[in-house]
Amino acid sequence: MPQVTLTVNGKTSTVEVEGRTLLVELLREKLRLTGTHVGCDTSQCGACVVHVDGDSVKSCTMLALQADGATVTTIEGLAKPDGTLHPMQEAFREYHALQCGFCTPGMVMSAIDLVQKHPQGLSEKEIREGLEGNLCRCTGYHNIVKAIAAAQDVMHGRRSELQPAAE
Amino acid sequence: MNAVTPFEGIGASVKRKEDLRFLSGRGQYTDDINRPGQAYAYILRSPHAHARIVVLDTAAAAAMPGVVAIYTGADTAALGSIPCGWQIHNKDGSPMAEPRHPMLAEGKVRHVGDQVAVVIAESRGQAKDAAEAIQVEYEVLPAAATMAAAQAPGAAAIHDGVAGNLCYDWHIGDKAVNDAAFAAAAKVVEFETTNNRLIANAMEPRAAIGEFDSTSGDYTLYTTSQNPHVIRLLMGAFVLQIPESKLRVVAPDVGGGFGSKIYHYAEEAIVTWAAGKLGRPVKWTCERTESFMSDAHGRDHVTKCALALDANGKFLGLRVHTEANMGAYLSTFAPCVPTYLYATLLAGVYTTPTIYCEVKAVFTNTVPVDAYRGAGRPEATYLLERLVDIAAAETGIDRVEIRRRNFIPTDAFPYQTPVALQYDSGDYTATLDAALAASDWAGFEARRQAAAAKGKLRGIGCSTYLEACGIAPSAVVGSLGARAGLYEVGTIRVHPTGSVTVLTGAHSHGQGHETTFAQLVADRLGVPVAQVDVVHGDTAKVPFGMGTYGSRSLAVGGSAMVKAMDKIIAKGKKIAAHLMEASVEDIEFDRGTFRVAGTDRTKALAEISLAAYVPHNYPIEEIEPGLEETAFYDPKNFTYPGGCHIAEVEIDPDTGHVTVMKFTAVDDVGRVINPMIVEGQVQGGVAQGIGQALLEAAVYDSDGQLLSGSMMDYCLPRAEDLPPVGVATHTTLCTHNPLGVKGCGEVGAIGSPPAVMNAVVDALKGYGVRHVEMPATPQKIWGIIHAGQRLAAE
Repeated sequence: MPQVTLTVNGKTSTVEVEGRTLLVELLREKLRLTGTHVGCDTSQCGACVVHVDGDSVKSCTMLALQADGATVTTIEGLAKPDGTLHPMQEAFREYHALQCGFCTPGMVMSAIDLVQKHPQGLSEKEIREGLEGNLCRCTGYHNIVKAIAAAQDVMHGRRSELQPAAE
Repeated sequence: MNAVTPFEGIGASVKRKEDLRFLSGRGQYTDDINRPGQAYAYILRSPHAHARIVVLDTAAAAAMPGVVAIYTGADTAALGSIPCGWQIHNKDGSPMAEPRHPMLAEGKVRHVGDQVAVVIAESRGQAKDAAEAIQVEYEVLPAAATMAAAQAPGAAAIHDGVAGNLCYDWHIGDKAVNDAAFAAAAKVVEFETTNNRLIANAMEPRAAIGEFDSTSGDYTLYTTSQNPHVIRLLMGAFVLQIPESKLRVVAPDVGGGFGSKIYHYAEEAIVTWAAGKLGRPVKWTCERTESFMSDAHGRDHVTKCALALDANGKFLGLRVHTEANMGAYLSTFAPCVPTYLYATLLAGVYTTPTIYCEVKAVFTNTVPVDAYRGAGRPEATYLLERLVDIAAAETGIDRVEIRRRNFIPTDAFPYQTPVALQYDSGDYTATLDAALAASDWAGFEARRQAAAAKGKLRGIGCSTYLEACGIAPSAVVGSLGARAGLYEVGTIRVHPTGSVTVLTGAHSHGQGHETTFAQLVADRLGVPVAQVDVVHGDTAKVPFGMGTYGSRSLAVGGSAMVKAMDKIIAKGKKIAAHLMEASVEDIEFDRGTFRVAGTDRTKALAEISLAAYVPHNYPIEEIEPGLEETAFYDPKNFTYPGGCHIAEVEIDPDTGHVTVMKFTAVDDVGRVINPMIVEGQVQGGVAQGIGQALLEAAVYDSDGQLLSGSMMDYCLPRAEDLPPVGVATHTTLCTHNPLGVKGCGEVGAIGSPPAVMNAVVDALKGYGVRHVEMPATPQKIWGIIHAGQRLAAE
C-alpha cells in the first residue's frame, strides 16, 4: 500500500493508505482524530472541514495521498497546549453557537478560515454567505453568525477580549 | 459547601457544560467509538420500491477479500419483527393492520432502501465491495408511491392480508353534533392541503456497534438513539429475545435527532445479532445517501377540512378528513402521530365547540414515516392557522381580530377541548400582543409600500399556536394504544463530600441537559453547577428511562429529578435533626443548608452527606446510610406551550424567490430554566419550520424512486436562507408539574410554517391567490405570479 507523510496538529506521521482512502478517513481511522466528522457523502455539509496548508478543505473530498507533505490542522489542534481556546472556539461557547456539536468542528474550522481571509471584517450578510459550505440543523445559524462576528474582532486585534453575549 | 451564586439557578443563562468537549473535538459520537477486533457491516439495499426477490446469490460476494459473513432474510426469518410501539383501533373497534417488519427482506422489498442483505467484512471498503458482488434478481411489482396510488382500485398489495393497503381508519369527535353545527353555520370555509413530507437530516448519520461477550452472554449496543432504554426494551424483548439484564444499550453523544433517532431500526438489531453470531464486535455507519432512504421520514398528510362560522366570525365547528402516509412499514410511533398527536390538537387556541376528525393511515412503497420535530402538532397547527387566515379573508374580518374573537380566554382554564385534551394554562392574547408589538405589525403597510417601490412584494403573517407535549399520563396513553409507559426516571446521588451525580432517563442530543439539569440541582440543593454531573444515555448506568422526544425532558425528566431531590431533602432533614439534636419538624432546608428553625444552628449538605456515608453518629435504627434517591415521575397531564409567531417575507416577482426578512417568536414555554438554551431551541425549531415552508420536500417519482435522495437534491436551510430570529417568552406556569415548565424543543417547528405561509399568501394577495402549498419554491411562486399577470393581461 502507498504511504503518505503529513503533519497534523504539529505532529508528523507516515501512514499506509489505500489509494481510495480519503483524508477524513486517514484522520479519523488511522490517526484517531475523531473530532473531524462525516455528515454526508456529497461534499455538502462541511462537518469534515480541516485546514490543509492554511486553507479550509472538506476532508471528505480530498484523497489522503493528495495530502502527502501537507500541514493539516484539525479541531483538536486549535487550542493552545495550556488548553486556552482559540477565540473562535471561545465565541461559539459564549454565544451558544452549538447544540448537538456534530457540525461544530467543521463550522469552527470554516469560520476561522473565513475570518482570516477577510481582515477588513465581515458583515452579518457576508458571514451568512461565507457559511454556504456548512450545514447546521440545530441552531438556525443565528448564534453561529453572532459568534463569528464577535470572534473576528478578537482575531483581528480590534478587541482584546471577546464581547460578552447579551443576557 | 460553596454558596451558589444566583446566576446558576433557575432563570440563569449558564454557559453549557457540554460545550468544551464538542468545541475541542472530544465529543464521543457512536462512529467515533471503535471496539477491539471489530468488523464492519454494510447493508445492501433495494433499488426498487416494490419487488419480489427471485434470486439472491451471495456465493461470489462471500469469496471476496476480507468478507467475514453475509446474512440475508433467510438467516433472520426466525427472529422477531421490528415492533411498533403504538396500536390504533379502527372506527369499528378492530385493531390496525400491523404487518411484519423484518430485519432483512424476506422474499420481498417494499421501498427503495429496504434492507436486502448485510455484508460483514474486515474493513468498510471490503464490505462495500462485496455487497456489489451480491447477485439479486428482482421481479419488479407495481409500486404505490402515493397514498392515492396505494388506495386506487386494483392497487398491488404491499403486505399480504392488508386490504386496500389500509393500516387503519380512525376517528375522534361526535359526528352528529358536528354535522348539526355545520347545518346551522352562517358561513363554511373549505380547505384542502398537503403537509409536505420531510426528512429530518440530523447532521450525524445513524450508526450502531454490536458487541457480545461469550463468557458472560452479555450484549452491548452502541447506537445513535434518543432513548436507549426504549431500544433495549424493543430490541431485546421483541426482536432478539435478549433479557434486559443481558443487554446494555449506550447512546453516547448523539448529533441531533429531531425525532428520527427515537425509533428502533433494523440495523441496530442486525449488528447486535451478528455480533453474537460472530463473537466479535460489528460496526455499521450510515452514509448520508442511506439516511435519506432509511431514516424515518416525517409529515406527509393529505387533508380536506372545513370550518363552520357564525355571522360574527365565531368558530362553530371544524371537520377534518386526513390521509396519513405510513410508508412501507410501521415505524415505532408512526400510528400515534396522525391520531393522538394530531387530531387532539385541532382545537388549537380556539373555543371551537365541536370537532370531528377522521384519519386513514395508508401503506405506500416509501420509507416509513414517523414523528419529526413536532410530530402531528405541526400538521394540525398548519391546517388550522392557514384555515383561519382563509376564513378571515373570506369573511372580511381582520386576521388578527378573528383570532382574538375565538381565543380561549384566560379565565377558562382548565379548558376542556372537544378532542380529549384539557389545557391547564395559557394566555394567547398576551403572546399575540407581545408578538404584534415586537414585529411592528401596525407599521407593516409602510414597509409593504417601501418594498413595492423597489419592485418587491412584501407580506406579513402570523400564527397563534398551541402544542401538547411532555406526553403523558401513562394510564391515559395506555388506554389510547401506547405500549409503553411515558413517565421518566431520575436519580440524585449526593456523594460523600457533597458533589452530585444526576442519572436521568432523558437523553441529550443537543438540548443542553447537562447544563439545564445541573441548574435544577444548583437551584434546589445549592450545589454549584460545576459540581453536578449529569449522566444519561447508558442503560448500565441509568436505572431506567423513556428518553427524549415530544419536548418532554424537562417537564417529565426534570420533574422526576425534583421528586428525587425532595426525597434527598427529606432524608437529609432526618440526618440533620439527629446531628443537631432537634426534631425533624424543626429542620428547614434552603439551597444547601439545613437549619434548626429560628436558630443559627446549621449543617451544610456536604456535612449531611458525609454523615450519611460515614454513619458513625447517625440515626441508623431509623434510616439507611447513603444519600441517593430515585424517583419515577408520571405526569398528570400533557403540558401546553403556545404562543405567536410572525413572519415577514419579501418576494422577488422576477424570480419567485421568497426571503424571510424578519421572524418574531413569542412563546409561552412555562418557567424558563436557561433562557439562552430556550432561545437556541426556538431558533433551531423555527429554522426547520422555515425549511418546511420554503425549501424542503421529500419527493418520489411515480415508480417510488426517491428523487430528493441527497443533500444536493433535498434543500436544507443554509445560513443565507434564514433571517435572524427574534425570540421572547411570556410565561404562564404549567399547573401540574413541580417546575411549572412546559417544554420548548418543538414550538419553533410548530408555530413557524403557517406564519411563513400566511405571509407568502399575504404578499401575493394582488394575484388572487387563496393558498400556496409548501414548500413555496421560487418555481411555484414564479408560476403563480406569471399566471396572475397573464390573467390580468387577458
